[in-house]
Amino acid sequence: MSEAVAAGGAPAHRAGVAPGSATKYVFIDSPELTAADLALRAYEIAPGVQIKETCFGLMINGPEDEVERLVAGIRELDPDRIFVKDRGFPPGDERRCRANLGGARPGFYGHENEMRLVRYISSGLRALRDPKKADLLRAKPKENDEPLSVERLSAIIEES
Amino acid sequence: MAKVYIYPGTSLILSDLVARFGHRPLGSALAVREKVQAPGLDSPPLQITPEDPKKGLRFAAVEVPSGVRGRMSLHGPQIEEAEAGIIIRDADLAFGCMGCARTNELVQFLLHQRGIPLLELDYPRSDEEGIRFVASIREFLEGLPGGAPA
Repeated sequence: MSEAVAAGGAPAHRAGVAPGSATKYVFIDSPELTAADLALRAYEIAPGVQIKETCFGLMINGPEDEVERLVAGIRELDPDRIFVKDRGFPPGDERRCRANLGGARPGFYGHENEMRLVRYISSGLRALRDPKKADLLRAKPKENDEPLSVERLSAIIEES
Repeated sequence: MAKVYIYPGTSLILSDLVARFGHRPLGSALAVREKVQAPGLDSPPLQITPEDPKKGLRFAAVEVPSGVRGRMSLHGPQIEEAEAGIIIRDADLAFGCMGCARTNELVQFLLHQRGIPLLELDYPRSDEEGIRFVASIREFLEGLPGGAPA
């Protein structure tokens, strides 16, 4: 048990980590919208939410329902090219912020890796509304994990 | 709204698509947030206490390295809570040390063991693959209870 709780006082919280608050990353990969545009719109939608503009988009922190409302509002700006995910730590938290740690922020490489692929996801999201892409939508992804059949194995052995 | 476990747990793409199609993604960030928001100063800075590897014992034996058990104390309860799962095979971003590698194997094993609906995919490498990727995830999520078209 913490010292504050043991002493009968209210539990101490770091800024932005009070129970019930949520932090989300907003990534944008759009030629028509910059992170600054997004931040401006975000301030208009939810003035009570902490918004940090970054090179890739935004980090937003606040009460969970406010954050959800904000996410729904900014998604409308470019629904196929704005991507959102949860974050455990609040913006600027010294346990994760690279201003304190030096080097790339933990998690940066994962985001860098996936941001190279989000253009394909954007294509997929656009195609959901495009009747010309109906054939592709019905096609199943290639299955790689099917085991080698006994007949095929025998054929390979006989060929070799 | 169903709780959908995503693997890799830090995946932006999976987290976004699951939430976009009306479900709740269970990923690493939520488990970490729970720790970060725990009141008190039991074990700063990350609030990982000696209790956590004990929780991990439910999912990995005692002779398994404590790093795996510590990781499983975050992932294990989420796997138990999940009503469905989406796995990306051979994800580059899930690469890590042996602790991560063994935890990843165990996470996928436990997901298969649970018998919940699972979707396994590869990351898309072209527009066509992207279209099939998104369509498969949408079809899978619409089949879950509470699924709604985006």
